[in-house]
Parts: sequence; C-alpha cells; structure tokens
Amino acid sequence: MNIAVLMRPVPDPVEELEISPDGADLDRDYLGYVVNEFDEHALEEGLLIKEQVGGTITVLAPGSADEIDDILYTALAKGADRAVKLGTDVGPLSAHALARLFTDALSDIDFDLVLTGVQAADELDGQVSVLVASMLRLPHISVVTATEPIAAGVRVTKEFWAGITADYEVTLPAVLGVQAARQAPRYVAISRIRQAQQGEGLVEADAVPPERGSVRITAVRLPEAEDGAEMLGGDAEAAAERIIEILRAAGVVQGG
Amino acid sequence: MTDINPKVDPSQVLEIEQITLEGMDISGHWNRMFEQRVIFDYDLTTMDRIIDLPGGESFGWCYQCSQCIAVCPVDHVGSYGPRKLYRDVQVGANLFDHPDLWLCTTCANCLRVCPKEVNMLEIMPAVRAEAVLAGDVPAELQDVFEKTARYGNPLGQNPKRRMAWTRGLDVEVPVIADLGRKVDVLWWVSDYPSYHPRGIEASKSLARILHHLEVDFAVLGAEERHDGDSMLRAGEQGLFEMLAEQNIAALNTYEFDVLLTTDPHAYNAFLHEYPQRGGSYPVVHYTQFLADKIEAMGLSEDLGSKITFHDPCYLGRHNGEYEAPRDLIRALPGTEFVEMWRIRENGYCCGGGGGGMWLDGHAAGHQRMRLSEKRVLEAVESGADTLCVACPYEVSRFEDAVKSTNNDGRLAVLDIAELLASAMGLPTG
Amino acid sequence: MANEIFVVTEHLAGEVTESSLELLAMGRSLAATTGAPVVAALIGAPPAAAATLGGADLVLVVGDPHLSEFNPEAHAAVVVALVNEREPAIVLVPYTSIGMDLASAISVGCELPLVSYCRRVTAAGGLAATCQLHAGKVEADVAVQGDRAVFAVLSGSASADDGRVGGAHAVEEIASPVDLSGGKITFIEFHEPVGGDVDITAADVLVVVGRGIDSGENIELADELAAALGGAVAASRPIIDQGWLPKSRQVGKSGLTVKPKAYLAFGVSGAPEHVEGMRDSSTIVAVNSDPQAPIFGVAHYGWVGDLFDILPELTDRLEG
Repeated sequence: MNIAVLMRPVPDPVEELEISPDGADLDRDYLGYVVNEFDEHALEEGLLIKEQVGGTITVLAPGSADEIDDILYTALAKGADRAVKLGTDVGPLSAHALARLFTDALSDIDFDLVLTGVQAADELDGQVSVLVASMLRLPHISVVTATEPIAAGVRVTKEFWAGITADYEVTLPAVLGVQAARQAPRYVAISRIRQAQQGEGLVEADAVPPERGSVRITAVRLPEAEDGAEMLGGDAEAAAERIIEILRAAGVVQGG
Repeated sequence: MTDINPKVDPSQVLEIEQITLEGMDISGHWNRMFEQRVIFDYDLTTMDRIIDLPGGESFGWCYQCSQCIAVCPVDHVGSYGPRKLYRDVQVGANLFDHPDLWLCTTCANCLRVCPKEVNMLEIMPAVRAEAVLAGDVPAELQDVFEKTARYGNPLGQNPKRRMAWTRGLDVEVPVIADLGRKVDVLWWVSDYPSYHPRGIEASKSLARILHHLEVDFAVLGAEERHDGDSMLRAGEQGLFEMLAEQNIAALNTYEFDVLLTTDPHAYNAFLHEYPQRGGSYPVVHYTQFLADKIEAMGLSEDLGSKITFHDPCYLGRHNGEYEAPRDLIRALPGTEFVEMWRIRENGYCCGGGGGGMWLDGHAAGHQRMRLSEKRVLEAVESGADTLCVACPYEVSRFEDAVKSTNNDGRLAVLDIAELLASAMGLPTG
Repeated sequence: MANEIFVVTEHLAGEVTESSLELLAMGRSLAATTGAPVVAALIGAPPAAAATLGGADLVLVVGDPHLSEFNPEAHAAVVVALVNEREPAIVLVPYTSIGMDLASAISVGCELPLVSYCRRVTAAGGLAATCQLHAGKVEADVAVQGDRAVFAVLSGSASADDGRVGGAHAVEEIASPVDLSGGKITFIEFHEPVGGDVDITAADVLVVVGRGIDSGENIELADELAAALGGAVAASRPIIDQGWLPKSRQVGKSGLTVKPKAYLAFGVSGAPEHVEGMRDSSTIVAVNSDPQAPIFGVAHYGWVGDLFDILPELTDRLEG
C-alpha cells in the first residue's frame, strides 16, 4: 500500500505563548515549533501498515518553520521512504491554505491512502484531513484509532465518545484523520536521525503559498482565569492543608 | 579504567607479546581464558552477540566467582549483578530486550572487585545502544531522550530559561559571551542545578561562595547543554555525540583557565569522553576547587549538625576523589562528621547514574526499594542528622527517599555548597 | 432560506446529543439578532427523535437506508446538498467526532468560510466568533469576510436546556437530496466500551492524572490518595493512549463525562476536550507546574507546584 503522510508543525506547548505587539497573533519571533502530535500518530499507523503489507511511505510537510527539516529526517529515520518539504518560508498557513498546498503536491504522488492527524491545536479554519479529502473528492473518516489493511482496502476504527467506537470498511484511495495509532509513536535513535541527515531521502519541492483565506483573526489574548479559580500559595505542605479543608467543606472528607 | 581495579598492578604482569599455539592466539593478559569454556546444550547466540559488540568482549570472561554480587547496589535491594546476568544470558535470556538491561546504574563497584575485569561500564552502554537502535527503550527513558534532544536538558525545560535562576540574585553570575574576555574559571552549572528547585539553591550558594572568594568566573548561559555522559551510559550514543559536538563548539569559542563542574557526571565526561572529540579542557570538580581554599572561605558559623557524606560514584569510585569533600566537611565548625559503613571505594549508589535518574518507574517493578531509600536508611543508622551530597542528581533522590522511608524531620539532605555557605554566614535560598 | 441559521444535529443510536441542543440554543440567540429562522437537520434518526429539538423552527428529518448508522461519506453528502440547496447564512456544526467529519466537508463542498473551536458566535455587524486555540491556552476573536459561514462549536458553549424550547418546531420528513448508493465507506459494527472495574461516573471523588504523572508506575501515588479518600482514579486522554489505565477511566470528549463532588486534577493541562468531560464537577482542585495551564481557568482552586510533592502530603494527612 502506498501511503502519503501529511505532517505539520505547531507551536511548542513548552513555550509560554506571548501575544504580538499588534495583538492580532502570537509573537512568532521566538516561537519554537514541534511536530503536531497527531501527525506522529498518523506516521506510526502508516509504519505499522507498511510492516504488515509492504509499500512505500512518502511524508509531506510545509516549509513553514525551521524545525521542519528535523521533523522530516525523524520520519525518514523511523522508516518513511521519502520526505518532501513543500516550499521554503511559506509562513504560518491557514488550514485551507495548507490543505491546498498538500493537494497540489499529492497530484504528483501515487498513493492509496493519505494519513494525517485528525486536528492541530492552531487549525482555526477547519481540519486539514477532511479539507484535503473534500478537495480531492476522496472518502474520509476522522478520529481514527486503529486501521487494518484488508483485501478491499482498509478497515478503520472511529472513536465517538463515552468509549464508544465503530468499525468501517473503506475502499481506496481514501483519507484518514488519525487520533491515535495502535501503539505509541516509536522511538528512533538520534544516530539514525543523523544518518538520515546524511542521506538523500529529503527532497524540496516548489510550492506556491496560497492566498489568504476568508477568515481573519482580529485579536488574540491569553484567557484570564475565570472568577472561580482561587490560587493557593505556599509550599506543598501548606497547600495540602488547605486542600483538605476544602474537601471537608465539600463534604468529601469527614470533619474534625 | 584499570585504575578502578586495584588488584592488578600492571608493572607486575609478565606478558609475552605474541604467541600462537596450534593455531590459537594465546597472547595477552595473564588471566585471560584461552578459550571460552565449552558449555553444551545452551544456545549461546545472545552471548556471542554481546561479546562481539565493541565494548562487550569482557562479558565473556566472567567465571562466576560472585565478588560482584556482594557489592552490587541493585542486588542489595533485588537480584542483580554481572554474574547473574551472565548466567541468565547463558541459559537463554535475551539481554537486548530485557528489563534487566535497564537496572544497572554504572556505579563501577563490580569492576572494582572483579578479578577478570568484566567491565559493565562498557558492556551495558554497548548492549543498550543496540536496544536503543531497535527502539526497545522503557517509555520513561524514551521521553527523556526526546526531551534532551529537543531542549538540551533531560527535564524538558525551555533552554532559554537556563539562566532564570540568577534573576534577582544578590550576586552576579556573568555569562562569558557578555563579558567578552577570558575568565579564570568557566563554571559548568549543569541541568538540575539550573532548573530544579533544590539544585538552584545549591547553585545560589556556590555563586555566593565564588563571589566571596573573589573568583574570576563566568557561565556559558543558555548555550550550555546537558553534558551527555548519562545518555551515553544509557545507550543513546548518537544523542551523546550530538550534545558533545554542540558543547565543544560552544566551549572552543571562549578562553578560560579551568572548567569548574558542579556535576560529577559532567566532570567524568570532560575528563574521559570529550578530549577525543576535540574538547580538551582542564577540569575540576567544585569540591576539589574549594578544598584548598578553606581558610579563605572563613568558615565561622557553628552549624550544630552531625553530618555524614555520600560519595558520588562518578567523583569517587570512577575518578578517585574521596578526600576533597571530606576536607571541606571536616572544616565545618560546630559539626560532627560520621561515616556510613559503605563509603569511599565501597560507597553505595544513589541510583541516579547510567540513566537510573529516569528509570525509577521501571526499577520499581524489579527492586524491593529504591537505592536512594536504602542509602537513606544507612544514613539514619549512622546517627547523622544531615546527609551531605556533592552531585545534583542526589538531592532530589535522597529527599524523596527521606519522605518515603518516613524519616521526614530526622534527616536533612544538603549539598556541600549549601553547608559551606551557611558556615560562611552567607544568605541561603 | 437566505438568512437561515442551519444547525447540524447529531445523534447516536437515535438519541440526540446534548451538543445538538447547545447548538440550537446558540441558534436561538443568533435568531434574536438576525430575525432568521432556525432550521435543524436530523439525519438518519427516527422521526420521534425530533421531539427534543424544541429550539428549532423547522426540523428536517432526513431518512434513507444508507443513513441508519453514522457514515461520514453519506452524512456529509446529505448535509452539503442541503446547505447548497437552502443557502443558509450561518451553519452551526458541533465540534465532536461526528461534527469533525462534516464541518470541513461543508466548507469545501459549499465554498463557505469555516471557523473551528468556537465558544461564541455573533452576527451583529458581520459574522464573528470567539475561539479557543492551542489547547485552550489562547483565545482568539475571529472576523469572517462575507455574509455566510460555517462554525464548528465546542461543547459546553451554550445551555442545552435553552435549546429544547423557543422554536416553532415544525417537523418535515424528507428523503435524501442525493443518491447515496455506490459509497466507498461501509459501516460494519459498533463497539460498546469494555466494562471497566470502576464506574468513574458514579464516584463522589475523582483523583485525576494527566501527562504530568510521567509514568505508569507513578499512578500508584494517585491510587493511594484515591484510596484514602474513598474515591476512584481517572485520567486524561494521554494516559489512556499510553495504555497506563483502561479506557473506562478516561474523562473527556472521547471518554466519559463526570460530575463528582470533588475533582482533583494532578498534572492535567485542561485542554477543551478534557474540560468538556468534567466542567460541571462541584469542586475542582487543580495542581499543575505550569501557571499558564488552561485547567486553572475551569478549576475552583489551584496550586502551582510539583504534583509529586503534594500527592504524598495529601495522602499522609488523610491517613495519619
């Protein structure tokens, strides 16, 4: 099965997010990016399918952050066959723009299945997985937690809520929005990543950054803690005392 | 490495340079076996695989004398040691994908007593490196590898905040890039002393001491990354190489007379691993640096404590320094110095080395108690009210252990720098 | 038609979800501004399920054999066709597992701008929304160019009760506007959650662990506190994904919704998907080392610090 995995960077949650001076965006000057966690799960699911039925994996990512090279080399080190960086300095892209970038690139790739993370934390104007599928007029399923290659295509588990899931069979080609792979994304040794950096697996492709979408952020702010959140000070011992009092008041711990 | 094993005096060894007998090469060291003892009915595939690894050869020399088991810190709270691992592999255990692979803290006590010089300091990293390449790594350690690769420190903290501990400090901690000149002492602060609350307190104390002594010093600041020694012992060779490259590139940009380390693991890396990679610097541990400045420090405040000292494996057994910390402790006024019974060359291990710092969850499934808990019990037994340490891994490990062994209030855990600063009447915290 | 507010409702096994009712409530308040009718689409459910959708002026019950179980392809095709036919000004879709399969498909299939992660939608002076991005760490005001858009709305953004009433509630049963045969996705079967050892929805006290717990073995600390409190241990999604606790312990959008007397969160960041499952708890206490963690926005009490320090303190005090 030939699989295309779409990966993208998101602002690193370890950073304290700051607002830019004009208040309309995050301050991106010092922002670090990491790979969207759900895309790592999508890659893992692709690697598992490849281990089961063979085929090739091509990873695509937008050239929108310095960290993209790392992300692609890591994917190659894990077992992807080819990695394509789409454009350079294409800047932060809206979900629609990113989906168009991907669909343009996918027209040059022979694929049976497209895997990507079900969502990303900064995707304001839609889910890239569903957008790509709709643009390509391919069947899609979101919130996938397991796949199984079958003769007719792929059997897919979709998660609803309250622990309820459902299985579907999908004929290929298709697009899946992955929530979680069958197992945690595998570890790849740094030496393998460094080896990938010396290899020829990463190619750059020209990509035209698409025009602005019709949805525009006018203001961004860090949410204020709602009135209820009373912050307890002090060290662990003092806070523990306070919490026990709170639990007593809540009727959960016996008084006295 | 043969410095660790005092049984063999190289000058007394009669060694024939080269001799071949009936096609067998029997040249070499006096206690080598000429041929592996033939063992029938065992599948020795894993044994051969280990022995064939660079660094793994000595695993095959074990002749089951059990000297190592008597001193292995993990065996004291579980069932472990080179002799046992050898036997397990002999009867079929695949050490490359086995929980036992991750219990060794590379404390080197086994090597010290081994008549055959079975060297776990080389064997464990070699086997672990293979496991890491195959992706067989305990999840908690995998997480730390990934954080260290991404952020340059195992705590996963923002690298830009490495100097945050100095904000608002009563003494200045200059960054060498800002000074733009040579300094006498480049202080390699390390990760836990930069990010961990208890490590930061020791760093503040040391900064104040250096000021009091009017030492011309600076730090690397945000350019400093994890030294990588523990990553190397834990099997992530590529990660170590990457960190060493980055650190050496940074250090070689500046001029300084000596590299002052807080962390014995960094001390070890700079002494033994960095020189062959282009990073050769005179390096000293802070206890060594301070030990000949006792008078200048002016230790005048009575501390009123009974103190015992835990020898860090990587300062003591690995690198032979037992006296400098003791000189400092004995100079603390109003204190009594008591020794635990497993000290110096036979010192017990806190459990943090060799990646152990990040494998407590894994170890919990295979040990009766943590090594740090065992050590804390020993400290309490010695009658001390203060356990003094000189390695940044130890403070948090021992403080946790004090709580989990219900000795809260009975034993304080303090870095030597904190004790010295108190004795000098310098501010604390 | 033209300025209609079109609400895509969802159901599972014929039962309309709370999210659908919340959207109707939102539709009603938008209708108060624009004076437009609120039309709800109920796809593949028995007509009786329309009874709860009192907030709608018109309920379109779409029936077809291909729609009896949720099918992303069939349901999306129906909704896209309806929206293209009716050309509503505003389309509201729940930001749920079902809604995700639909919202972006509508955006492309009907060529409409789409805003996700919405908490509030307004129409006065142009279409706009307030959204939660970066797992709840950032709030954004968003303006839409043009006078028609799709909004994917987070659960808990309006009151479900307000969605049960207020509309004219005409109900129309229609056939699918498109031919659904020859689809590429086939529904096979549902899986109910495996019966867990503990029903966390029945516990009075929950000790909840998130990523901050670092490893499966550390969950023992939470077990000890839960035992001391006579409660149960639950977790956020990452813990379940790692396999450290069974699915029956998961709180959140794709897990269970809980409303205990006391909800003690340790190392839980508080992303919207998690908060959705616990925001109605009576007393919420959160411990996190990150002062910016969104959990502090929904908690009643918070402490910024190391959960490994405070967990044993709490357990000791309760046991001692």
